[in-house]
Amino acid sequence: MLPAILFFVFASIAIASAIMMIVHRNPVYCALFLILTMFSLGGHYVLLNAPFIAAIHIIVYAGAIITLFLFVIMLLDITGGNSGEKVKGWSQFVGLLLSGILFVELAVFFKSGFDAPPSSSAAFQGNTEAIGMLLFTKYLFPFEVASVLLLSAIIGSVILAKLKLK
Amino acid sequence: MIIPTSYYLLLSGILFSIGVVGVLTRRNAIVIFMSIELMLNAVNLTFVAFARQFQSLDGQIFVFFVMVVAAAEVAVGLALIVAIFRVKNSVYVDEINLMKW
Repeated sequence: MLPAILFFVFASIAIASAIMMIVHRNPVYCALFLILTMFSLGGHYVLLNAPFIAAIHIIVYAGAIITLFLFVIMLLDITGGNSGEKVKGWSQFVGLLLSGILFVELAVFFKSGFDAPPSSSAAFQGNTEAIGMLLFTKYLFPFEVASVLLLSAIIGSVILAKLKLK
Repeated sequence: MIIPTSYYLLLSGILFSIGVVGVLTRRNAIVIFMSIELMLNAVNLTFVAFARQFQSLDGQIFVFFVMVVAAAEVAVGLALIVAIFRVKNSVYVDEINLMKW
C-alpha cells in the first residue's frame, strides 16, 4: 500500500512542478521548480529498485546541471527588466495542440500493454555493485566514449567562452 | 503492492508532453533548455521502469549514459547562450534570427 501512496504523491509533485516550470515567467523560479521535479523523479527511481540511479540523478541534476542554469541566469541578468515574454496566441495554441496530440498517441500506445506486474521483484536489485560490474565489462567501450564526449564538451565550452566576438 | 509499469509510462508521457509544450510555447532560450532536460528525464523514467519490467540492469546503464549526454549538452548549450547574449544582448529565441534571410 505504501508504494502506491508514494507513487501518487511523487507523481503529482512531479507533474505540478513541471507545469509550474512551464508557465512561470521568472527563469529562476523555473529552475527551482525543475529541481523539485528532479527530486520527485529520484523518489520514483528509489521506488523502482534503482537506488544508485536515484543517487547520481540527484547529484548530477540538482547538484550540477541546475546550478549551472542558475549561474547562467544570474550571469546574464535576464530576470528583471523587460518582462516582455509575450507569446503569440496562435503559436501557443499550435504548441498546445501538437503536444496534446503527442500525449494522446503516447497514452494509447502505453495503454496497449505492459499491465502485467513484473515477476519476482525481490531478486532484482539495481545496486551499485551490479551496475559497476556491467559498466566495466559489457559496457566498457561506451563508458570510454562517454569520457571522450565529456572532454570534448569541456573543450567546446571553454572555446565558446573565450571566443573573441565582434 | 507493485505499481504496474504502465503507470510509470503514463507519468513519463505526461512529463514528456509538458516538456514539448515548454519548447513550443516559451521564448526564453534557457527555459527551453530546461524543458529539454525535462523530456530527457521523462525518457530516463521509462528506461528505469522497463529495467524493472524485464528484470535487467541494461536500462539503468542507459540512464547513466543519457545523463552523461545531458550534462555535455547543457554545458555546450549554456556556453552558446552566453555567447549569443554577448552579441545580441538577448536570450529570446525570436530575436535571434542571425541565420534567417
